[in-house]
Amino acid sequence: MFESLSDKLQGVFENLATRGRLSERDVNAALREVRLALLEADVNYKVVREFVGRIKERAIGLEVMESLTPAQQVVKIVNEELVKLLGDPAPLNLSGPPPLVLMLVGLQGAGKTTMAAKLALRLRKQGQRPLLVAADIYRPAAIAQLETLGRQIDIPVHNEGTEVAPSSIVKNAMRIAREKAYTVLILDTAGRLQIDEAMMQELEQIRLVARPADVLLVVDAMTGQEAVSVAQGFHERVPVTGLVMTKIDGDARGGAALSIRQVTGVPIKFLGTSEKMDGLEPFHSDRLAGRILGMGDVLTLIEKASDGISEEDALAMEERLAGGQFDFEDFRDQLQKLQRLGSIQDILKMVPGMGQMARQLDGQDLNSDLKQIEAIINSMTTQERRLPSVLNASRRRRIAGGSGTTVEDVNQLVKRFRDMQKMMKQAGMLGDQRGTKKKRRRRRQREPDSEGILASLRQGRLS
Amino acid sequence: MLRRLFGRQQEKTADDVRIEESLQKTRSGIFSQIGSLFQENEVSDALWEELEEALIVADVGMDTTVELVESTRARVQQEGIRRSEDAYLVLKQEMVKLLEAEEPLQIEEPRILTVVLVVGVNGSGKTTTIGKLALRYKEKGKRVVLAAGDTFRAAAIDQLQIWGERAGVDVIAQAPGSDPAAVLFDAIRASQESRNADLLITDTAGRLQNKFNLMQELEKIRRVAAKQVHRAPHETLLVLDASTGQNAILQAKGFEEASGVTGIILTKLDSSAKGGAVLNIKKQLGIPVRFVGTGEKLEDLAEFEPVTFVEGLLGE
Repeated sequence: MFESLSDKLQGVFENLATRGRLSERDVNAALREVRLALLEADVNYKVVREFVGRIKERAIGLEVMESLTPAQQVVKIVNEELVKLLGDPAPLNLSGPPPLVLMLVGLQGAGKTTMAAKLALRLRKQGQRPLLVAADIYRPAAIAQLETLGRQIDIPVHNEGTEVAPSSIVKNAMRIAREKAYTVLILDTAGRLQIDEAMMQELEQIRLVARPADVLLVVDAMTGQEAVSVAQGFHERVPVTGLVMTKIDGDARGGAALSIRQVTGVPIKFLGTSEKMDGLEPFHSDRLAGRILGMGDVLTLIEKASDGISEEDALAMEERLAGGQFDFEDFRDQLQKLQRLGSIQDILKMVPGMGQMARQLDGQDLNSDLKQIEAIINSMTTQERRLPSVLNASRRRRIAGGSGTTVEDVNQLVKRFRDMQKMMKQAGMLGDQRGTKKKRRRRRQREPDSEGILASLRQGRLS
Repeated sequence: MLRRLFGRQQEKTADDVRIEESLQKTRSGIFSQIGSLFQENEVSDALWEELEEALIVADVGMDTTVELVESTRARVQQEGIRRSEDAYLVLKQEMVKLLEAEEPLQIEEPRILTVVLVVGVNGSGKTTTIGKLALRYKEKGKRVVLAAGDTFRAAAIDQLQIWGERAGVDVIAQAPGSDPAAVLFDAIRASQESRNADLLITDTAGRLQNKFNLMQELEKIRRVAAKQVHRAPHETLLVLDASTGQNAILQAKGFEEASGVTGIILTKLDSSAKGGAVLNIKKQLGIPVRFVGTGEKLEDLAEFEPVTFVEGLLGE
C-alpha cells in the first residue's frame, strides 16, 4: 500500500547528480518526501514540522558516504532522529509497597478493558498477584467483559455493579487487596473524551483515591492528528506516566505514538497486538520508527534471523549449495532455522512490500506443512538423507508409515527436493560465472554491520 | 448563506441541530482557523498553503486535500473572486459537492425484510451505533430485530442485549463463540416468522481489515444473508471512529472488498476529532456517510447531511 520512504527518496535523488556533500537543494527535495511520509503515518502536523527542521540541520552539508546512496543517508538520519524521539522503552513502575495501582485511561474504544486483562496476565507471570478492578460503570456490559476476560485468564475481578461511584469501587478494591494480599491492582476506567468535564473530574477523583504508581494512556494505533489534543487533555488532568498503543497488528503506521511522545514526553511502555490475552509486546523504538516510515519491521527480522543463523553456518551452506552437495540433512537444518523465526506470515509481514503477500497467505497453515516435511525427513535413515537416490518404493512406504503421512506426500517431497537440488546447482554455476566465491565473501565483509544490511534491505535487495 | 446557494430553505431538523451542537467543540479547533484565514486574508498563495495545512490536520489526507484546494483555487481564479470570504464559500461548496451521496439510503425502501449489516474495526462503536439505529427506526414505525453477530468479544452479546432492551427491540443471540453466520441465519428466520419484523440489523465482531480470515468470515455472513433474503444485505454500514487518521481509507477499502460497504457511520463526532477522513473515503471510493454518532445516549445519532456537516465544521 505505502511506498516506502526510501523508494521515494531514491526517486528524488536520481534526478540530482549528488556527489560530495548534500546541498540545501538536495535536502529540501528529500525533506518534502520525509514530511509527506510522516503525515501519511498520522504524525501530528506540528510535530512533523519540528522534526523536519531538525533533520534539515543535520542533513545539509553532510558528506555522502561511499557505502550509502544519498537517499539511504537521509533515511539513516531520519531513522536515527525518529528512534531518538520515540525514546527508550520503560517498564511498569512496580517499586513501592504493595498493593500498587495501575490505572488505564483513554478514549472510548481504545482497548482499555482488553489491555487491562493482558497486563494482569503478564504481571502474574512475573510473580505478582494482580486484581482487576471494574471501574467502568457506564458502557453497557463493560463489567461483564472484564469478568469474562478475568475468567479466561483466571484472574479475580473486583466488581460492584453500576450503581457505585468508580472512586468508591477503587477504594474498596484497595482495601480488599490489602486484606487478601493482592500486589497489583489494575483499574479499568470508562472510556471518556478529554473534553468531557464531568468525566475528567471523575478521573481526577479516582486518581486521588488510588494514588497510582502508573497512569497508562491507552491509544489506538489508528488515531489521526487528534492524538495530540487527546494526550494533552488527559495529561493535564491526570498526569500520565506511560503510553500503551493498541491494535498495532492492524496496518496503521502508528505515527500517533510519535506525536504523543513528543508533546507529553511520556515514555511508551507497551504495544498491544491481537485480541489474544498474550498479545502484549514490549516497545522498541527502532521497530516503531521503521513502521512509521513504512519500511516494514526489518530490524525485528534481522534480529530474528541473526539469532537463528550464524555467519559461518551461512558461508558453509553457501559453499555446499554451490557445489551441489545439498542433501536432506541440510534441508532439515534450514527448515528448523526457518521455523525458529516464527510463522511464515509473520516473517513476510516484516519485509517491506511483502505485507500484501502475507495477507493472502494468512490463514493457510504453512507451518504445519513445514512440520510435516520435517516429520518425513526425520523418518528417513541417515543414509537416505545423505543419498536420496536409494529411496525405493519399500523405503518410501516405511517413511510414510513412520511420519504419519502418505506415500504420495513422500513422493512429492522427494520430487520437490530433486527440483531444488537442480536449481541450486544451476544457481551455483551462475554465481561462479559472475564472480568467484572469494569476491562474494569480500562483499560480505564490507558490510558486516547491520546498518549496511539494513540499507540494502531498504533498497529491496538482499546482498 | 450556503443553504441559499444550494437552494435549501427548509427549517433545520433536529438532526441538523444535533450535528451542529456536536461540532461546536470542533469549531474552536482548526476549522475555525480556516474560517478566520479567509476572513482576514486576501486571496494569496500563503492562504492556499495554510488551507492545505489545515485540511491535513483534519485528517483529510494528502491527495484529497491537494485536490480540494486545487479545485477551489481553479474556481476562484476562473470566476475572478477577490474576497477571501467568497473563496471560503467556494471551498464549502466543493466540500459539500464531494460529500453528497448519489444514491438514497436503502433502509426505508418498502420491503418484506430489510437486512442491514454493521461492520468495522475493534472499538469503533458498532454495538452502540446499532442500539441507536434500532431506536431510530423503531420510532419511525419499523418492526426492528437485532442479531448478535459479535460472538467473539467478551460480553459483546450482553452489550447488544442491553442496548436492545433500552431501545425496546428484540435481540436474537446464540452462545458466545458460535458461528456468526448461523446467528444471522437464525435471526432472519425469526424475523420472517415469529417476530414478524421488517428490519433486521446485524452486529458483527470488530476486526482489523488486514486479517484475512476474519474478512472471509464477513463474506460468508453476506452469502448467508443473500441466500435467505432477496438482495440482502441491503445496506452494509462501516462504523468509523472520527478520530481515525490515514488508516480510515485502508479500513474502507478492506471492508469494501470483503463486504461491499454501502455507507459510513461516523462515530464519536462529539469529540474534538474532525472526521475529515470521510472526505477522503468519499473522494477515493465513492462511499457516502449516512449517519453520525454524536454522543453516548440512545438518541445521539443523526442522519448525515453534507451542508450541515460542512457548515458545522467551518462555521457559517
